[in-house]
Order: sequence, then structure tokens, then C-alpha cells
Amino acid sequence: MFRNQYDTDVTTWSPAGRLFQVEYAMEAVKQGSAAIGLRSKSHVVLACVNKTSSELSSHQKKIFKVDDHIGVAIAGLTADGRVLSRYMRNECINYFYTYESQLPVGRLVVQLADKAQVCTQRSWKRPYGVGLLVGGLDESGAHLYYNCPSGNYFEYQAFAIGSRSQAAKTYLERKFESFMDSSRENLIKDALFALRETLQGEKLTSSVCTIAVVGVGEAFHILDQETVQELINEFEIAGEEAPVAEPAAPDQAGVAGPAAPDQAGAAEPAADDDTLAAPGDQGAAPMDM
Amino acid sequence: MTKQQANWSPYDNNGGTCVAVAGTDYCVIAADTRMSSGYNILTRDYSKIIQLADKSVLASSGFQADVRALQKVLAAKHLQYQHQHNKQMSCPAMAQLLSNTLYYKRFFPYYAFNVLGGLDHEGKGCVFTYDAVGSYERVGYSSQGSGSTLITPFLDNQLKSPSPLLLPARDAVTPLSESEAIDLVKTCFASATERDIYTGDKLEILVLNASGIRREYMELRKD
Repeated sequence: MFRNQYDTDVTTWSPAGRLFQVEYAMEAVKQGSAAIGLRSKSHVVLACVNKTSSELSSHQKKIFKVDDHIGVAIAGLTADGRVLSRYMRNECINYFYTYESQLPVGRLVVQLADKAQVCTQRSWKRPYGVGLLVGGLDESGAHLYYNCPSGNYFEYQAFAIGSRSQAAKTYLERKFESFMDSSRENLIKDALFALRETLQGEKLTSSVCTIAVVGVGEAFHILDQETVQELINEFEIAGEEAPVAEPAAPDQAGVAGPAAPDQAGAAEPAADDDTLAAPGDQGAAPMDM
Repeated sequence: MTKQQANWSPYDNNGGTCVAVAGTDYCVIAADTRMSSGYNILTRDYSKIIQLADKSVLASSGFQADVRALQKVLAAKHLQYQHQHNKQMSCPAMAQLLSNTLYYKRFFPYYAFNVLGGLDHEGKGCVFTYDAVGSYERVGYSSQGSGSTLITPFLDNQLKSPSPLLLPARDAVTPLSESEAIDLVKTCFASATERDIYTGDKLEILVLNASGIRREYMELRKD
């Protein structure tokens, strides 16, 4: 993607029918550190990599509880993510006040998507620079959605966003068909494996990642560090072993992509490759994750 | 030409009585379960008590539609607080929130007479008593509602609360044990039920202490 004369305003179309500002916003998502989501019939697991801007600072919060039955993992401009989380929390609270029942996940993501769309059609606004993996439970079961800055959203069996997410997606594409009937433990295990793929050699420890779970009879909560470390040790996936050391799972032959197209929107730029270790990662502006 | 008066009121009084007593490490909150309108009983089994947080319990008598609305607003506010602060609201904080919420509707009040009970930061029992527009103070015990005029003098006699005007500030909580306080509350309601027509049917008691919360019921006269 090169700088051109059609990318100054979000309200300017390019001759090829693209809104470059929106696409640039989606670039911001790719620069953030990885976030992964998977779901089964009864549970949704969200996992993310904790990136710190320096050794001295604490890591940014990337997973937010929205309600007892919904949580969200973000990648991109964390500040935008925080603001949208606050919006989602308020929507859940207001819905419960009016209807005395939980806001269905599908309704929430539509409201979120509509909110994002507004910013793509106002000259005085900019698109939100954050991608959201919304995981939740409602009467129709467990759901995982991806909301992107363009205002599009899709439902997924499993998905990964952020830098080096392609490595995780490759892993998930191989295993996703077994997720629907997966147990809670196996789902978390697969999340950890997928997360490890994005670390590309770095050691997987509980200080580097955050895991959150929501399920039938289990309110959304972030697992504490000790629990995560125990799980990592149990699954023996810390360290730099080759991915060959995975447990015997029925090898999925056909690499059918996940349930919905990876990239949101028709006119996606083809150039970008997530697996390139983006040098922008380390030198990212403090507000980016 | 006489001034025209309203022939419809947005309010109704559903009667009932609420009591709360604070102890050194517990708090007892109680209310009857009768809901009336005029001389009719609407139901014998309606709870006036709600647990708003880990350590805060609200009992309210008056117009139950307003009470329910007030409870929902406080519950929603509490959820927002938890999202922002990553912890539950303390009882004194909830007390202030309730006061502000009531005063917010100063010119169309919630017809609710509230007693808030719980444990403070030190784990001691605390009781806050309110009027309909949010004026409140922390006390050692309180009663609100249709039977309050019968119960309050009895509690004054039994619990001897020091005046809040005295200095140095004296501890308002009762030295009674938890079971003694519960018996006292049961006696209060048994007596109030005798003479107050709006109080009776069943008594619901909530006991809040360090080990958590407990619920108890006692039958009252149904006439």
C-alpha cells in the first residue's frame, strides 16, 4: 500500500472503489500483538500475547470482561479498544435493565459494527483502529465474532488477529473441525498451542500471555497466572520444541479455511504478510499494541 | 372558585415495615413480606429486601414500583462500578450512591423509605437510614415503614443508641450477639404485626457477617 491522493479523508473513495483510511485502520490491527479466539458448543476461549513497550512497564490490558456472558480480546489501538469495551458494557447493562435478561452476543456485535460504520462515513471522524474478538454465550449457544474497523463482522469457529497471527491461523485451520465438540480443557490447550505459534520460538510462559474463558455455567473470567502456568506445564508446550510435539489429534486432511473469509471486506490489499516479523512491533508507539 | 386538585396520584403506598440492626461483626436486615393497597392485601409473599453487593443489603418500604425501579438503578450503577474499579462497592460507598440517586429525583421522588445494612471497611456492622429524597445518616439501628412508629421506640429502649451529637463520637453498634439481635428483631415484628394492619404474613431476615450471608423466615399473623 502506497501513499496516494485518495487516502487523506475517510470520506474519499479511490477510483478502484476503496476507502484507504479504513484499510489503514485495519493495518493498525495487524500491528498490534496477537489475540486468538476459539469456541466449542459450550465454551469460548480468548487468548492474547502480552507485549510491553519496555521492560520497565506493565503490559497493556487486551482482554476485557463485558458482562458475565461476554468478553472481548482486542488488537490494535488499545485506547480505542478500551472505549469500545466501555460502550459494550453499557449496552449490556442497559439491555438487562430493560429486559431483565442477557444481551444476545449477535445483537451486541451488530451494534458494535454499526458504531464502527459511522466512523467510516463522517468527515470529522476516523475509523476505530482496533479489531475485536467478541466471545460469548447466549440462548443459542457459544459464539465467537470478529469486529473490524470497517464495520464488518463475521462469526468464526476460531480466529486470530494481530501481528504473526497467520501462524496461529495456520494451526487453527488444521484443528478447527474438532473444536465444536472439544472439552473445555482441550479448547484452552489448543488456544495455548495457537498462541505459541505466534511467539515463533520465544518461550511460552504465563507472564507472556493472558487466557480468558466463558462457558455454560461459567461466567467470563480471566485465568490467573498460576493456573495458566500449570496448564502450560501440563501440556508441555513451554520451550522451543518444534510443533511436531503436539498430541495425537486426528489430522485434518482438507485445509478448508475457517467458516468465514479471513479478511473482512472485498477490496483487501494483497501485499501484507502477517508472518513477517514486523519491525514496527518493537518500535510501536506506546498507544499501539 | 376553588383550586382544582389532582384526582390521580402517581404514587401508592404498599405498606410494610423494614428494620436493620448493626452489631460488632454482623448486621441484621429484616422486612415483612406483605404487600397491600388501601385495605386490600395484594400478596403475602413479596420481598422488600435486595442484596446489592457482597456487603450491602437494602430493605425498602413504601411504593414498591418505585422501590423496584430504585433497586434496578442501583444494581446497574454497581455493575458499572465493578467494571471500572475491579472490585465490589463498600457499604459506605453504596450508602452515598443511594443518597445521590434519591436526590437526583428530588422533584419527583422515589416513594421509598430505605434502610441500608451491611459491613463497613473494618468488618463492623453498619446501618444507614434514609428519607425519600436522600437525607441519610449512619446509625446503630433503624426502622422504616408503616410499623416504624411502633418499633422505633422499642429499639430505642433496648439498644440505647448514643446521640450522634455527642463528642467524642461513640460507637453506635450494639454489643448484643448475633442470635440475640435476631431474636430482638423477631420480637419487634411480632409486636408491630399486632397493631399495624399493613405489617404481617411473613418475616424475611438477612444476616450479613464475615462468613457471608444467611436468610431466615418467620411466620407472622396473617390478619
